[in-house]
Amino acid sequence: MKKPMTYIDSVHRDGTIWNLSVMVLLFAFPVAVAMIFGVTPDWNALLVGLIATAPMYWTVGAIETVTYVPMLGAGGSYLSFVTGNISNLKMPCALNALEQNEVSASSEEGEVISTIAIAVSSIVTTLIIILGVILIVPLTPVLSAPVLQPAFEQMLPALFGGLGVAFVSKNWKIAVAPVILMLALFVCVPALNEGTVGIMVPVSALFTIAVARILYKKGVL
Amino acid sequence: MAFHINHPVLFIIVGLLIAVVLGQSVYFLVKALKRSKELGMDQQKIKKTMKTAAIFTIAPAVAIVISVITLSKNLGLPLPWLRLSVVGSMSYETIAANNALSAMGQSLGSATALTAQQYVNVLLVMTISIMLGIWLVPAIGKKLQNGMKSMENRDAKWADTFQSALFIGMISAFLGFVFCNVSRLWTAENGIVTEMSSGFAENGDKIQVEKLFTAASGLVPVCTMVVSALVMVVCGLLMRKPKLKWLSEYALPISLIAGMAAAIPLTALFGMEVK
Repeated sequence: MKKPMTYIDSVHRDGTIWNLSVMVLLFAFPVAVAMIFGVTPDWNALLVGLIATAPMYWTVGAIETVTYVPMLGAGGSYLSFVTGNISNLKMPCALNALEQNEVSASSEEGEVISTIAIAVSSIVTTLIIILGVILIVPLTPVLSAPVLQPAFEQMLPALFGGLGVAFVSKNWKIAVAPVILMLALFVCVPALNEGTVGIMVPVSALFTIAVARILYKKGVL
Repeated sequence: MAFHINHPVLFIIVGLLIAVVLGQSVYFLVKALKRSKELGMDQQKIKKTMKTAAIFTIAPAVAIVISVITLSKNLGLPLPWLRLSVVGSMSYETIAANNALSAMGQSLGSATALTAQQYVNVLLVMTISIMLGIWLVPAIGKKLQNGMKSMENRDAKWADTFQSALFIGMISAFLGFVFCNVSRLWTAENGIVTEMSSGFAENGDKIQVEKLFTAASGLVPVCTMVVSALVMVVCGLLMRKPKLKWLSEYALPISLIAGMAAAIPLTALFGMEVK
């Protein structure tokens, strides 16, 4: 007799179907444009453009997958890697939901909670963008007002201040060393900036895991 | 058919694609909600979780709308609408579009409008370069999750610590990032810092662009973060009173908005880019 499928297994099955379908559809867009308007891509230029772009983003994509999948849970991962904005939106949203519900991310309750938070966040984002596209004419002068610009430029610091307090205070023993290391690195190394913070996430995560392992073995935690 | 970047056909195709992506989110939401009932989870709490997630999302989503508006000037509305509704970001799409166009001797924002062929090339470069994550999650996601699971079976307490360490690691990297421009305080000459960043010339060549910043501009993100953190602490203290327990749903959105609002006077005080 076949073993009954667990919830997680069915999430992986459905997620695979959805993600691969979305992938095919995203490819269908340029193909459809080429066919409808009767053009073929400039293949040489495409190759040059891809060589300039793809290796970097594939590397980042691979690192992000390995780093974020254990944090986002199964359902959350399938959704987040389709809808994007992981570190600035989906991840904080899931973290806050886990914290609010006091469930562990590795439990099935945690899996369900993070999927719900990420799905709601994706739906709201998509709807707000649709609204923005419909109302682009009246919205443009308001949203591009110079007075509001600094607020949106500083969104990440405003986000990680609140999130940082919630998480660092709860796990301060693990947090001391990585926070000091990252502060020192970002202050002293000029190459570290908004563009490279994504690369530092796995570095910092590995370092924190090492620190946590040592503290755990010593029985400090 | 004559092509232009805001052709109605493009809106129709993009609208359909976004409907599918929206469908996936709704599907997973319904699936997880069903499971939460099977597990006997407190539905009141689930409702609160959904409310918090929705409220928290508003400000970052408005920021995404601003990116769509910015990109639409050169790429038309349908393309950034799709790219920012699925994986992608302002900086990523700008780089990808510029790389695609520079190979054709053009750049984003040059005077001539995009042709259909250039548009298709831009789309293909963007789509292929960002594809990895969408494909890799189905390919190795299950293995990664099973790895976490077997760790939990061996040592549940360590698995929990491991998870916290991952979160803390990510947050630490972003806390560090907040301080990345503090060094302007001591590298400034006569209160001004000159920084080079790469840009694109009209003909698609990569060039270095000079940008000037005030010495104290690096303090803006730091102080913004401090304001947000303090508001979070205050919310945390107030939440302890039974009458104010409802604050727990709004603590993160409130600290986010407070930090963003504080950035406006902070930028006026410390200065930012010198034009």
